[in-house]
Amino acid sequence: MPSTRRQFLHLTVAAGTIPIVTIRPIEATPAMLGTAIRNVVGEAQLRTGKIRLDIPPLVENGNTVPMTVSVASPMTAADYVKSIHVFNEKNPQPNIGNFHLGPWAGRAQVSTRIRLADSQKVVAIARLSDDSFWQVAADVVVTLAACTEEVN
Amino acid sequence: MSVARTIIAAMLLVAAPALLAGEIPQDARHSGYSFMGPDTRAMQDDDTSNPGMLFVLDGEALWKTRSGSAGRACADCHGDARESMKGVAARYPAFDKALGRPVTLDQRINLCRANHQQATPLSHESRDLLALSAFVAHQSRGVAITAGDDPQLKPFVEQGRALFVQRQGQLNLACTNCHDDNYDKHLAGAPVTQGQPTGYPLYRLEWQTLGSLERRLRSCMSGVRAQAFDYGAPELVALELYLMARARGMPMESPAVRP
Amino acid sequence: MASALINVPPKAKRGDVIEIRTLTSHIMETGFRRTAAGELVPRDIITSFTCRYNGTEIFRADLFPAIAANPYLSFFTVAKDSGKLEFEWIGDNGFVSTASASITVE
Repeated sequence: MPSTRRQFLHLTVAAGTIPIVTIRPIEATPAMLGTAIRNVVGEAQLRTGKIRLDIPPLVENGNTVPMTVSVASPMTAADYVKSIHVFNEKNPQPNIGNFHLGPWAGRAQVSTRIRLADSQKVVAIARLSDDSFWQVAADVVVTLAACTEEVN
Repeated sequence: MSVARTIIAAMLLVAAPALLAGEIPQDARHSGYSFMGPDTRAMQDDDTSNPGMLFVLDGEALWKTRSGSAGRACADCHGDARESMKGVAARYPAFDKALGRPVTLDQRINLCRANHQQATPLSHESRDLLALSAFVAHQSRGVAITAGDDPQLKPFVEQGRALFVQRQGQLNLACTNCHDDNYDKHLAGAPVTQGQPTGYPLYRLEWQTLGSLERRLRSCMSGVRAQAFDYGAPELVALELYLMARARGMPMESPAVRP
Repeated sequence: MASALINVPPKAKRGDVIEIRTLTSHIMETGFRRTAAGELVPRDIITSFTCRYNGTEIFRADLFPAIAANPYLSFFTVAKDSGKLEFEWIGDNGFVSTASASITVE
């Protein structure tokens, strides 16, 4: 009654090659990502550093991906983070969220959970009180669920 | 030390019911929790970050809300669920004398609605039914599973086990092929778990909502390209009962979070 | 019924940086999904979240369809005075949900 392991492994290979048809909307393009970023940053220079993006490099399910953005800032009246903006490369839309804070936050850190339709780049940008912009990017690999369910 | 451990192990072997071929011994049983990454674990561990707790909150409100033509709330008969419902979900599916067969916790809620509240049944996977079952199951968090101990359930546990080892679908796979023989391996990047039903109803990231064990079983069946049993079908209830009996002694986690 | 879970420390020392966590029930339907019949499911998301501390806005978020269902947000503030934290979620189809929590600052 129990199958041999070899038979089973053979079957899992077969399962892996069965095409699972999912309707995927048109992806945002790197150009759309660039435009979305320019809408926030304008012509200002984008610098790297100060900002950190914590997101699992390999996520268990693209439908709910935990993410934390933090910025190294004293958060004083003279030097603080005004806003944090998060973007993605390949979801149907390039925007994920804009978060507005101020010196009263004490710590420039925001966490949320996002959706990633596919493996892609996520970009976070911080606007500081001197109107300088700082960015960081992370590549995230989204594994597809082994068994998908019919859409209800 | 090692002698003591041997004695304890020997005692456990004597005390535990004989394992059937392919079954996972008690000390090797692992919840789906142990197969998850740290981020998903953290989501389950903290009640204010576990989205399943939103349903528990709704369930608590429903528990106190009068429903049906009898104008009665769950609380009117059962009082404080923290007392009256503690350990209940760990015993389900349970034998119903009037029906002569096991019923799931969801079916019990609807039987209560029909018989005691004179209310219409809540449809399967509806927000209200999931909320009520999550609230009830949450009262058993940490309680060891004892479902299937009732001797009247024996033939139904057997039926569930027969279904568990029966090959089905276009991929011709039985539950046991993955969840007894090949847990710890991966299928398309996702770990294959033991299929222990310790946290239902649970919040699945894939679903982005709470769902029942029946929903999970049905999606497994679609996964092997089999015709899934209908919600509430005796076969699905028997399978749920076998899975709970197979997880005997494991602590309940409801509402769990899973990928 | 839109329920929310709020985590605010009930007590804090003046000047402490405290974490605020919120989780609210919402489907966050993207507007990009189709039914089996091929029809587009209309967008239904929360578009804005605001937190006020004794009446003053301390945190605001603009949310897009890429935010997961049942939105979770964690952010920080300095404990200044005892009082009330108010939370407001606004979304498509006239969605409005509010919650509040009190804090004692010593």
